[in-house]
Amino acid sequence: MTDSRYETRSAEVEGPTDAGLGSSRALRLPSALRSLQALGPWARIGIAAALAVVLIGVFLTIDLGGAWQYILRRRSMTVLTMVLVGSAIGMATVGFQTITHNRILTPSVMGFDALFMMVVTVTIVMFGAARIQQAEDWTVFAIQAAVMMIVSTALYGWLLIGARRALHVLLLVGIILGVLLRSLISFIQRLLDPNEFQVLEDMSFASFNLTTVPALATAVVLLGIGIAVLLRLHRVLDVMALGRDLAVGLGIPYQRIQMLVLIAVTLLVSAATALAGPTTFFGLLVAHMAYATVASEKHRHTLPMAAVMSVIALVGGQLILERVLGFATALSVVVDFAGGLLFILLLIRKKGL
Amino acid sequence: MIICDGVTKRYGTTTVVDDVRLLIQTGGLTSIIGPNGAGKSTLLSMMARLLTMDGGRVSVDGLDVAATDSAVLARRLAILRQDNHLDIRLTVRDLVAFGRYPHSKGRPTIEDRVHVDRALDYMDMGHLADRFLDELSGGQRQRAFVAMTLAQDTEYILLDEPLNNLDMPHGVAMMSVLQRAAKELGKTVVVVIHDINFASAYSDRIIAMREGRVIEQGTPAEIVTPPVMQEVYGLTVDVVEHGGHPFALYFHASAVRPTDEAEAAPSGQETGRVR
Repeated sequence: MTDSRYETRSAEVEGPTDAGLGSSRALRLPSALRSLQALGPWARIGIAAALAVVLIGVFLTIDLGGAWQYILRRRSMTVLTMVLVGSAIGMATVGFQTITHNRILTPSVMGFDALFMMVVTVTIVMFGAARIQQAEDWTVFAIQAAVMMIVSTALYGWLLIGARRALHVLLLVGIILGVLLRSLISFIQRLLDPNEFQVLEDMSFASFNLTTVPALATAVVLLGIGIAVLLRLHRVLDVMALGRDLAVGLGIPYQRIQMLVLIAVTLLVSAATALAGPTTFFGLLVAHMAYATVASEKHRHTLPMAAVMSVIALVGGQLILERVLGFATALSVVVDFAGGLLFILLLIRKKGL
Repeated sequence: MIICDGVTKRYGTTTVVDDVRLLIQTGGLTSIIGPNGAGKSTLLSMMARLLTMDGGRVSVDGLDVAATDSAVLARRLAILRQDNHLDIRLTVRDLVAFGRYPHSKGRPTIEDRVHVDRALDYMDMGHLADRFLDELSGGQRQRAFVAMTLAQDTEYILLDEPLNNLDMPHGVAMMSVLQRAAKELGKTVVVVIHDINFASAYSDRIIAMREGRVIEQGTPAEIVTPPVMQEVYGLTVDVVEHGGHPFALYFHASAVRPTDEAEAAPSGQETGRVR
């Protein structure tokens, strides 16, 4: 195969077609941006992380005022929650998209957090809000997490693992499942007494201001496990991204890894939902922010970048909302709006879904 | 050597691969031929544990493919299906480097890089190594995937229709490379192939399948004969000899339509895509 046929063949190929990483596109950009484009993945993650740290610093210290100790403590809790929830959702989304081989579905779109809210609702109905509030945070959460783990691995394991289903089928199932679960939840809520209703209502909207120290501690442990699993598997995930046949051919225990990642994702989404409530399109938004900026398909780059982007989106978004725009609407509304737009955009761009 | 013992695959009531007993000797290039729906690709996928069997067993050098650790098999046998589509954006070198995963587990050594470069050169892809796959033609992409299987450096290389997407010169080049890999590197290459004449010109052995069964196997001279072609394809052909290889002239042959059974097999089963 040393003949010249290949040279003529390669000359037919048109220039870089998409995604903006090609060199010819860089020429049209100003020089500052061009040097940014030459940066390696780690440099990009470093810059993003620095930005995240600056944002956190500003968020903590801006307008501290008189009761600064109290305010600082409160804000630290909020930031810690944001970092935990953000990294969890960001990494869970990247891991989930890799094992399901698409970049449109996310755990939230597939109804993971609706399922978790359902589990929470049912436990409240069964045990009563009073008893749940009296009990130690971690016991309740442990029960809920265990139930969630069983239900979700059974349901999503059946849906996503083994049989290869078309993307639009999964999308439909996920959306309908989400609607069904949310309708069921609101139906059950109507049957509850006002106190129980209030407890649920507080949980049903994404918020970063309601966490307590024990809840945070529990979440740190669970999120730590989930994140550790994903990070440990980063090389395997790189191979998984090639698709089933190639991954199996390269010796990956494909279904076992899918299941393991699914369990880690369930853990992450459950803990994050328990801390901050459901975040429908947040994962999609930050995962795509990470893919677009990190310039690498390796999970050792995309996973940390997704976490950093989550922190930037949450802390930066909150800052802009509170300080610049000056209104106190929930961040989740804005994030879901932006994420929802991205979702529609991705659906339109993905021809022949 | 690869031994298939009673290998069977069914989809519902349709038996796609039916009690196949087969022995593929080490070394050389073996082609599996047959009409659409004969079960060639399905058989190849089962040999490489990409598809589960409904009966029988396959062993590679004595290792039962259904029971052996997949990572162990990956160092002994490489498989490439047709229609490889990637969701992610990789350069040719990135892709070929994945072929080293069974050896390096994602931590490439200098030796792994040598293997990658060698595979790239072997497929004449060196000058395209840093191009993204989505910037390449179908044929170039196909060669990149084959380079990846070569980089895996396994004793056995199984390729499902490697001539897909390739025009005539690239098809010839591909088969020459595979023949060279078998001869020079001592690999055992098994390919599923549609064109009987490509099989005849480059194979050491040909396995002919029809309706899920192996009906003939032997050297090209034994297989590419009017009676066997009639049996396999249901087509009356002339066979001429050129350069020591028999070639089937199937154009304007007095065609007998393929039998109903062969036609009735759903087309998806040819590629084993039904799951």
